[in-house]
Amino acid sequence: MSHHILDAKRLLCPMPVIRTQNKVKQLSPGDILDVICTDPGVTSDIPAWCRITGHRFIDVKSDADEIVIRIEIRSRD
Amino acid sequence: MSHSVNKPEKKQRKAVALISGGLDSLLAAKVIIDQGIHVEGINFYTGFCVEGHTHAIRKKDKAKPKRNNALWSAEQLGIQLHIVDVIEPYKEVLINPSHGYGANMNPCLDCKSFMVGQAVEWIKENDFDFIITGEVIGQRPMSQRRDTMPVIAAESGASDLLLRPLCAQLLPPTLPEKEGWVDREKLLDFNGRTRKPQIELANKLGFQDFAQPAGGCCFLTDKNYSDRLVDLWQARDTKAYELDDVMLLKVGRHIRPKPNFKLIIGREEGENKFMEGYRKQFIHLYTISAKGPLVLIEGNTDEKDLQLAAEITARYSQGRQEKTVTVAVKDQNGVSKLLNVKPFSNEEKLRDWYI
Repeated sequence: MSHHILDAKRLLCPMPVIRTQNKVKQLSPGDILDVICTDPGVTSDIPAWCRITGHRFIDVKSDADEIVIRIEIRSRD
Repeated sequence: MSHSVNKPEKKQRKAVALISGGLDSLLAAKVIIDQGIHVEGINFYTGFCVEGHTHAIRKKDKAKPKRNNALWSAEQLGIQLHIVDVIEPYKEVLINPSHGYGANMNPCLDCKSFMVGQAVEWIKENDFDFIITGEVIGQRPMSQRRDTMPVIAAESGASDLLLRPLCAQLLPPTLPEKEGWVDREKLLDFNGRTRKPQIELANKLGFQDFAQPAGGCCFLTDKNYSDRLVDLWQARDTKAYELDDVMLLKVGRHIRPKPNFKLIIGREEGENKFMEGYRKQFIHLYTISAKGPLVLIEGNTDEKDLQLAAEITARYSQGRQEKTVTVAVKDQNGVSKLLNVKPFSNEEKLRDWYI
């Protein structure tokens, strides 16, 4: 298991979702990915993407400057 | 002694559905899923999709529920969704559409052929059997007409692998129908601009809260947006553009006082905040002595132009009634100077300069 960070700041949805989708293809089940964003739309879009792809949305943390969404990569089997 | 004969298992057929996030593509996918076909969704992001950057910018829009309707559709259908960034290849479609533009800068027919063409490549790479779309004959004036639908099938290279479940009974049978992968009798015969059959089918299938965007799913169908795009191309003397251009055309007031530069003026806090991300790319202005907008300058300016830009910036600040307003002008390297200016007051000229 390894921990990865994806910088998706200043990108507007759906670009953070696309970048997440593409990054996850390079990761392994059990890996953790933190997606750092500024578009508040990600707080609904990335969890929705996790639900349809089977990856686990862990949590979202945000402050005035950025939003960090943490997900765990799951196997697609 | 009896021998059991192993019959070859029927191959599970697979279709990719173009999912825009609207009702028609949702219904088309559902109709095919209900015939036992394995369906996955594909959504192409051109940069101009209304779905994307609309909800993030303006603060007033933040009270509205935020969701990506393509993701929502996939979730309702219980299918995978592949969102594909086609920003770069789409440029050629927008810049040189072989079938021209619609009422605004919308190259709908070329766009549809392009997207179906992208889906053709995708099904080859992913070993899928055919493509489905939510197109309905007569639904849209350019891309969804009886005479243009075969053009899309031909120019995309999809040919008879392109199935439109919502109006398939009005069209020649496609390969999935001819081969019996899907039952043509269970497909539909929707026709025309009415939305009634779609609403009835949605109710029958139990879909609620689906998206019904009034102006379609693309900024290029919007007159104001198209005017700004044309102005950008004319000012630069080239149709080349980047994603940042696409974004900034959606934000703020755009005012072109002279051919060599325009101002992008934030209309409210959300836009100002979004535009802050561009401060290193543009000369920008903001008021010091009164509350006011962030203003980006696109183009090349001399000292007189900056003076005029500062006066216009002051006009859109809360100091517009003051005799003078102090305006900061900062270049891309962070070097700034202060100008004390009289707020611009010729409203007629401003209206003429408005894009």
